[in-house]
Amino acid sequence: MFAVLEYQWTWYRRNWRSSAVTTFVNPLLFLLAMGMGFGSQVAAGPATGGERYVVFLAPALVVTTAVQTAMFESSWAVFSQFKWQRTYFGMVATPVTPAQVLYGQLLWVALKLAFGCTAFLLVAGALGALRSPWAVVALPVGVLSGMAFSALLVAYTATVEKPDSFTGLFRFLVIPMTLFTGAFFPISQLPGWLHPLAWLTPVWHGIELARGAAFGTLHVLPALGHLAYLSALVAAGVLLGRRSFDRRLAV
Amino acid sequence: MTNVTTLVAARGLTKHFGTFEAVRGIDLEVHRGEAFGFLGPNGAGKSSTMRMVSCVSPRTGGELTVLGMDPNRDGPRIRARLGVVPQLDNLDTELTVRQNLEIYGRYFGMSRARVREKAEELLDFAQLTERADDEVEPLSGGMKRRLTIARSLVNDPELVVLDEPTTGLDPQARHLLWDRLFRLKQNGVTLIITTHYMDEAEQLCDRLVVMDGGKIVAEGSPADLIRRYSTREVLELRFPPGEQDAAAVQGLADRVEVLPDRLLLYTDDGEAALSAAHNRGVRPASSLVRRSSLEDVFLRLTGRTLVD
Repeated sequence: MFAVLEYQWTWYRRNWRSSAVTTFVNPLLFLLAMGMGFGSQVAAGPATGGERYVVFLAPALVVTTAVQTAMFESSWAVFSQFKWQRTYFGMVATPVTPAQVLYGQLLWVALKLAFGCTAFLLVAGALGALRSPWAVVALPVGVLSGMAFSALLVAYTATVEKPDSFTGLFRFLVIPMTLFTGAFFPISQLPGWLHPLAWLTPVWHGIELARGAAFGTLHVLPALGHLAYLSALVAAGVLLGRRSFDRRLAV
Repeated sequence: MTNVTTLVAARGLTKHFGTFEAVRGIDLEVHRGEAFGFLGPNGAGKSSTMRMVSCVSPRTGGELTVLGMDPNRDGPRIRARLGVVPQLDNLDTELTVRQNLEIYGRYFGMSRARVREKAEELLDFAQLTERADDEVEPLSGGMKRRLTIARSLVNDPELVVLDEPTTGLDPQARHLLWDRLFRLKQNGVTLIITTHYMDEAEQLCDRLVVMDGGKIVAEGSPADLIRRYSTREVLELRFPPGEQDAAAVQGLADRVEVLPDRLLLYTDDGEAALSAAHNRGVRPASSLVRRSSLEDVFLRLTGRTLVD
């Protein structure tokens, strides 16, 4: 499993430049445009916890960015190793089992998410968008939310023969999950029938945790509920992934 | 009975994909130190068999032991002692030649120092030392294939399983690969090879089986098979279009095969058959007497119909 991780790392070391730059530039652009630019038009009020809009936004954007990163790391990147490069098939001809390939891959995604969330928090901190030391809770929460989505998506990717569906997933799942789950405005602004849909997404739970921690408004019981839901998604993703990796790699 | 000299033993081995029966009950034994070949047209079940022997594909039925163990139970332990060269390369083309070797060694749990040392040795074996730190992507097909073979040796395997090792390579690359495989064999490594090149099978294999339609249709050494399924010599008579008359050579050979542009006469004495044909007034445009080859056996057993 760790050798699989080491492989991803070896690969990343040769190809890190563009993605590492994106990791830092992306949060900068978002916080500047949405937080500072657009946010200058938003009055601080009860909806923003009395804080400037950028402060309201920052912890939530850590989570949405993590989920977007998880999208790419769990779709094309994984698909390529099944179909284009076929490197997974090389791995399972060694003592490495399909399950270990899955664990190594997920561990790698988690590491990249941790790196991305850290980069986001550093940029947000430099821009003065973090008001409380509790904002760093967004790091583990971002990783957990991203993994809740990643584990399920990796399990799905292992069943896919053509990468066509990924673009649709991004447009119709990831973008709405970014826009309508409370990052930019409270979901109480949405029609009531949409609330349950938002509650299903890992993003909403992640935002509740990250923002609640940063603003000191989080209570223990809801916090445990959010954590339990996200963990359950990870667990379900891992179980499904074990099955789909076995079916794809040991046929 | 499986003992130390039997590396692979199969009895009634089957593999189904849904309702498709790829392998329909085969028996075989591969002994330590030999080069064992699988011949057969596309879709004969060679690759499915190879994948079961490589312990990457679970069998549907029958018995299979590899290195004395059951792949269903001891897959990782068996794979630790195998080398696998798949039909399609699965190198990481964005890493360097050396990185491909080193990371593969790590999958076997080898230390970093050990894989560095081993990679150096394998680069030399595959004649890739000069390209060691280049990316794999731009390498020629022959170089990639050599790298895949080198990679399969990183764990010093007792048994190397090669699925069509030289398909798609030019003659120079094929001869270089054969030379490397000979060297492995001399070092006591057991080889299992699939191919549809008859010259490759004759060159490399001590013993082989011919598969067709998921079954083994013949088994033996190349010389054995030729003796059993063909004659010593073949007389080929070519005719201009429209002038070929198969009836004229009836009885001159053990078996006559009629092709659109020529007649093949399977006989122990080609020259005698040729003069007998002349005496009957047969006037071919050209004639050729040659020794029977594995190709004659193969075509006899699996037919000339194109299989896709």
